[in-house]
Amino acid sequence: MTTTHTLVAEELTLAYGERTVIEGLDLAVPAGRITAIVGANASGKSTLLRSMSRLLAPRAGRVLLDGRAVHRMPAKELARTLGLLPQSPIAPEGITVSDLVGRGRHPHQGVFSRWSREDDAAVAAALEATSTTELAERAVDELSGGQRQRVWIAMALAQQTDLLLLDEPTTFLDVSHQIEVLDLLTDLNRVRGTTIVMVLHDLNLAARYADHLVALESGRIHAAGEPGTVLTEDCVRAVFGLESRVIADPISGKPLMLPIGRHHATAPVAAEVRGASEALSPR
Amino acid sequence: MTALAAPPDAAVDSVLHQRTRRASRRRLVIVVLAVLVVVAFAVTLMVGRTFYPPGDVLRVITGEKVPGASFTVGRLRLPRGVLAVVAGLSFGLAGVTFQTMLRNPLASPDVIGISSGASAAAVVGIVLFSLDGTAVSSLAVAAALGVALLIYVLAFKDGVAGTRLILIGIGVGAMLNSVIQYVLSRAGQWDYQEALRWLTGSLNGTSWTTVLPALLALLVLAPVLLGQTRNLATLQLGDDTAAALGVRVERTRVIAIIAAVGLVAFATAACGPIAFVSFLAGPIAARIVGPNGSLLVPAALVGALLVLVADLVGQFALDTRFPVGVVTGVLGAPYLIYLIIRTNRAGGSL
Repeated sequence: MTTTHTLVAEELTLAYGERTVIEGLDLAVPAGRITAIVGANASGKSTLLRSMSRLLAPRAGRVLLDGRAVHRMPAKELARTLGLLPQSPIAPEGITVSDLVGRGRHPHQGVFSRWSREDDAAVAAALEATSTTELAERAVDELSGGQRQRVWIAMALAQQTDLLLLDEPTTFLDVSHQIEVLDLLTDLNRVRGTTIVMVLHDLNLAARYADHLVALESGRIHAAGEPGTVLTEDCVRAVFGLESRVIADPISGKPLMLPIGRHHATAPVAAEVRGASEALSPR
Repeated sequence: MTALAAPPDAAVDSVLHQRTRRASRRRLVIVVLAVLVVVAFAVTLMVGRTFYPPGDVLRVITGEKVPGASFTVGRLRLPRGVLAVVAGLSFGLAGVTFQTMLRNPLASPDVIGISSGASAAAVVGIVLFSLDGTAVSSLAVAAALGVALLIYVLAFKDGVAGTRLILIGIGVGAMLNSVIQYVLSRAGQWDYQEALRWLTGSLNGTSWTTVLPALLALLVLAPVLLGQTRNLATLQLGDDTAAALGVRVERTRVIAIIAAVGLVAFATAACGPIAFVSFLAGPIAARIVGPNGSLLVPAALVGALLVLVADLVGQFALDTRFPVGVVTGVLGAPYLIYLIIRTNRAGGSL
């Protein structure tokens, strides 16, 4: 089972009021793969994601899903194909897990239509996939951060979309929960062929889990492609303004970025970095 | 977390079971509230200076001539009781719509100045232009809609954020209240009495001509709001999540605001802004129903029950007769204070 939906941004310019965040950006999301968007704070990652799921109308350019402009598509029709989990969704006071996950069925239901067996099955499958079945009757506000994030992902899964966009799904989670969430998304991608686009803060996790890495630098794409070609020392310097070493991750063989910083580097590394920066800006 | 295959039947049944249990809890609450509303309505018709047994009341309602009762029940108590129910349902429904939509219990129409708009217009009409009856009501309806539009426009900036709308609404409400005070200070004795009705809300002297517009508005606008039940429920997850789930956020908001403001406006035109009913109905309904689904219908019923009971208390429980709005005001004010204290403690999140 693979999806062939194409999601493409063309000459996309996005702005909040007077402030332009993204300018003339072109991006093609590879179908059936996992794409991670990385970049410094305020580089426009979340804004790009919001626009691709039509939450923000473009100032110029367009976002095309299977060749159709997403901002012109009927809302529910789009929501049956493309799902988005925003950075901080709100759980109504006291709502139970299964109720919240059930809200993901919204685009599949009419105004007065009743719940179908299919809806219940989608909720059950989403709960099971995220190991939240045993939490189903608990109130969401009682859960730990990691559990809560799994519940929100379950809600997005219940939506049963072929494309799933996630804005920093691992923020506020400890390392084991981060891996758990990313493994789950990889399962989803491999088993169902779901196309995944996620904004991630952690470069190394992004390089590990993404098939396609997009590095944003103040509203433009600095580099995009296989993590092995994108995540380089030059890229880290350009995008984050940080000196680093990139080595092969002994676990996965993907690139692993080690920041250098001003302290703790061994003498030879420090000397080398100092030499490089003096060569760049001679007095 | 690897299983992504079709879930076993037992798992699906368990989801179904949880869902039906939530729905049946909510249905039970609705039935109990509806029964209580009917009982309170019946008491309103029977009790007064003269007591009429249920049999007499029923005969009057079915159109038979009953000496004494036909006038007292048919002309005085029936319109009063019907207006209590209609206004209560309207205020409750409108209040909970605003509170759900803006995710804040402070966001009810009587807190954010919409009721004040209706009152101010009515008082101005009565005192400065010597209007009465339908003219005053029409003016009140128009003003409520106008104030709502003004608040919406002032709060609009890349969509409407809840907190901004509430703060602007409270400010506009305060300005309108000072208009009311100023106009009242210049009112003659007779006008003052008439204008006072518009400040606290009263069911005294209700006739069928005052009930009818409010009843029609309820019959038209309540279905519109109930049609938005699912969109409003999804909107509770935040604007972005709701939009990602296929809700047209701004459109839903505009429909809900227009329908809710219409309900408040027509009900206020009929009996004044019965204090705090739209503010209290939602939270009370939430307490009873719990997190088991939409609050629209339960809150409407709570609103009706509040108005009926408060009117009975105002008329018969105390030595002096008080208009219904005074009684609900006494109930509502402490809750408002409690809510503000709680908001402060929780650092503003509700």
